[in-house]
Amino acid sequence: MTETNETIKPVVGLEIHVELATATKMFCRCRNRFGDPPNTHVCPVCIGMPGVLPVMNRQAVEYSMKVGLALHCTVAGFTKWDRKSYYYPDLPKNYQISQYDLPLSADGFLEVPLPDGTTKTIRVRRAHLEEDAGKNIHDKASHTGVDLNRAGVPLLEIVSEPDMNAVEEVLAYARAMQRLVRWLGVSEANMQMGHMRFEPNINLHITRGGRTFKTPICEVKNLNSFRALERTVAYEIQRQHAEWQADPEGYSIDKVGKENRGYDDESGATVFQREKEEAHDYRYFPDPDLAPVLVSDEWRSGLAAQIGELPLARRARYMDRYALSFKEADALTQDAPTGDLLDAAVADGAEAKRCANLLLGRGAAIANDRGCSIAEVGVAAGQLAELAKMLSGGEVNATAADKIFVKLAETGGSPRQVAEAEGLLAVSDAGQISAWVDQAIAANPKAVEDVRSGGKSQKKAFGFLMGQVMRLSGGAAAPAEVQRLLQQKLGSGE
Amino acid sequence: MTAILDLSAVELRDAISRGELSAVEAARAYLAAIEKTEPQVQAFNEVHADRALGRAAQIDADRAAGKPPGPLAGVPLAVKDNLCMTHGRTTCSSKMLADFRAPYTATAVAKLEDAGAVILGKTNLDEFAMGSSTENSGFRPTRNPWDLSRVPGGSSGGSAAAVAARQCAAALGSDTGGSIRQPAAFCGIVGLKPTYGRVSRFGLVAYGSSLDQIGPLTRDVTDAALLTRAIAGHDERDSTSVPRDVPDYLASVDKPIEGLRVGLPGEFFSDALDAEIGAAIRAAAGAYESAGAKLVDVSLPHSRIDRDADGKLSSYAVACYYIVAMAEASSNLARYDGVHYGHRTAGKVEDIVELFSRSRAEGFGPEVKRRIMLGSYTLSAGYYDAYYNKALKVRRLIQNDFDRAFEACDVILAPASPTPAFRLGEKTSDPLTMYLADIYTISVNLAGLPGLTVPAALGRDGLPIGMQLIGPVFSEETLFRAARMYEQAGGVRRLTPPAMAP
Repeated sequence: MTETNETIKPVVGLEIHVELATATKMFCRCRNRFGDPPNTHVCPVCIGMPGVLPVMNRQAVEYSMKVGLALHCTVAGFTKWDRKSYYYPDLPKNYQISQYDLPLSADGFLEVPLPDGTTKTIRVRRAHLEEDAGKNIHDKASHTGVDLNRAGVPLLEIVSEPDMNAVEEVLAYARAMQRLVRWLGVSEANMQMGHMRFEPNINLHITRGGRTFKTPICEVKNLNSFRALERTVAYEIQRQHAEWQADPEGYSIDKVGKENRGYDDESGATVFQREKEEAHDYRYFPDPDLAPVLVSDEWRSGLAAQIGELPLARRARYMDRYALSFKEADALTQDAPTGDLLDAAVADGAEAKRCANLLLGRGAAIANDRGCSIAEVGVAAGQLAELAKMLSGGEVNATAADKIFVKLAETGGSPRQVAEAEGLLAVSDAGQISAWVDQAIAANPKAVEDVRSGGKSQKKAFGFLMGQVMRLSGGAAAPAEVQRLLQQKLGSGE
Repeated sequence: MTAILDLSAVELRDAISRGELSAVEAARAYLAAIEKTEPQVQAFNEVHADRALGRAAQIDADRAAGKPPGPLAGVPLAVKDNLCMTHGRTTCSSKMLADFRAPYTATAVAKLEDAGAVILGKTNLDEFAMGSSTENSGFRPTRNPWDLSRVPGGSSGGSAAAVAARQCAAALGSDTGGSIRQPAAFCGIVGLKPTYGRVSRFGLVAYGSSLDQIGPLTRDVTDAALLTRAIAGHDERDSTSVPRDVPDYLASVDKPIEGLRVGLPGEFFSDALDAEIGAAIRAAAGAYESAGAKLVDVSLPHSRIDRDADGKLSSYAVACYYIVAMAEASSNLARYDGVHYGHRTAGKVEDIVELFSRSRAEGFGPEVKRRIMLGSYTLSAGYYDAYYNKALKVRRLIQNDFDRAFEACDVILAPASPTPAFRLGEKTSDPLTMYLADIYTISVNLAGLPGLTVPAALGRDGLPIGMQLIGPVFSEETLFRAARMYEQAGGVRRLTPPAMAP
């Protein structure tokens, strides 16, 4: 029996908490907004004053139902609200309104694209809606502050089955979920703003000598970046394996059960957290202040109809119908509006490939600079279609098109007007181009010689002369015409 | 002055609307009465004299300016101190909230004020409405105006005593297990626990949220109809309030019900009941029969009251009630932790857990602590099914009993309490005995039904005896008419405690 006979299978389940982008909070009409000064979006309901009552936000329920439907879950016809009790200063009522035994959505799945181009089905156990807690602020030595702007913000908790078996799968699932909730328009899913938080459950199934050993399940709470998630899972796989090697019989799920660990961002390690024994008794019971939610077939199907094409289906369509590469199609399906922009431009008669190039070239660069999506850059479908058509028709060349795209994003207008005003329309007037060609030939005798001699540097020299002509034209010469005239004048077959 | 205090709320409203009396005169008369009798009765936590006079003056000015008077124009009322008002404090008679000022007003109180009522102040209660005698007040007990050595009942004991002592024309209370009806019975007045969902609970500090309901305490049935009409209706701030039209109870209250079927539940007339009370209620049943009503025997098996070998009373309904109410209370009262508002310990604390526990230990009285502990226990892992879940099943059986009973009758006639008002201190050493004071009222809360108590008779020792009429959900109109039939058929009406008589 050797170490090489040992197989290690990580088993990971993930809870993802998604803050929903509703206008107001879950049970009061305070604004749901991140980043304002502490305690500026609070009212008697969300700070838990005596005698006030929660009133359900229907939009939050609809957003949650959309996610459930998009995850192929069963969206229950009857669901209710429960109180989850624990004492913490950022939880003003000292109970959280949540859903215990009857979640809004259950038993679904998500098709997750993996880095190798395949997909894996990760099952979703349940997705329930609850209110978020506030935040404790430890910025002073003397005391802890409490900011309740976040208290009562609707939070969707999506719990997967333990179907992930590698770090890459966990990350891919988390990213696919981020893309889905953005796609559905139910959350900005901005990690910096805490819109998404992760809680992985990790253990190892180790087979050695025909026996399978299971390490204790470890839960790590409150990870708020993909990096933290990645490092946590990777660290746990290593740590659990090491602990198991040290004590294969003792370090087992049967003997230790479940552990809670915290993630330390400095070291990338997880540390053991002692939990008080009463911490797990949340004393759930139905909230008597809220009526159960009855979901009619009509309500459910109305929301299902709004969902439309999901990201993976759209990506496949772009590869199939628009002949885009996997990478291009994937990049254009990160959010729904960017793909919608592409589809609208194509419907307007533009070539898909040219539109994709524009969007993924200057579009992606501007979006990256501004920290927005490509669709939010400010170029509308009509502008995109017109520009792509000008490219196809040789009215502008690629360099000019990029410049026009930037101008459109900055100041708007029609592509043709911008091209005219900026002198970017392609010059296809043979006389004008002929003059530039003559000038380039005269100035570069060595290159001319190389082309004419037909040697192995012929190709390179011809390209150099093309570039010189383009430079002389300020990028405006129609490349096809330049090439034709150069060939004619040099008598080359190139 | 005497004449003013003799008027019912409806009569006051009419006199003020006609200009025979000013709202300021009415408010002054009641403020004077409070000043005179409050040292003995101690019904109020806070009297808002200046604000009351100001609002009364406004109502007079509005009338002078030709504005149509509201349905409660100038009627001086008292409000139980677990109903929030932006004016003054809302204490729940607890040290925990001794200085709490709410930035909102309870919907029921706001509706009364919109109707022209003048709020005189806030009345005492058992701390957080937990009790049946007002002795659990964190401040002081209130006395029964009929006999100052006796309790006024509870938890709305301050409101009941204030109405009986003529310190106000009427009052609001809240009823979770009998907290309006039992003190009304002890003080010889009328009290209604409306159907669950009939009145918004917004601004009522929660005790048992699935049981709590705000209702009126009044001198007669007509006044109860007037106040109920004013406070009832859907409120978008309370999801459990029901969107359903509110009938004009006052318009129909004097119309007797032809062929009224009065149900008598055998389970309520066992030897657990004080003999004199039993006799009074049977006499009332007789009065109904003479007025043309039909008496029917009905059965409420799960509300049955048993007496064990030691002579102690027990009932499924009481057990069920205390599990449900305490579970909800343990959760509702979790928010009082000294962090955001309310009492915070002045002592030095090591950490947040000590801040929580010391603030709560200092702020809550013994009965509140007992209920929080019991409620937390019944909701705990491993005990939930044995207690809370079982209680919910019993609750369903109790509801089913009532549904079946109302197939055979229109209203159920029942006692309001097993005994008349008891003496201060008589039951404080034995919480279980105290809980049995609610034995005839709690199944009504568990079933979400309306229950109305009216004075049935005066007992031999000069204490009022109350009786209770129970109807199906949203049958308040029937209850008022049926109760009014009893008043008209020679029952007692507008009893005045001798000590409080002018």
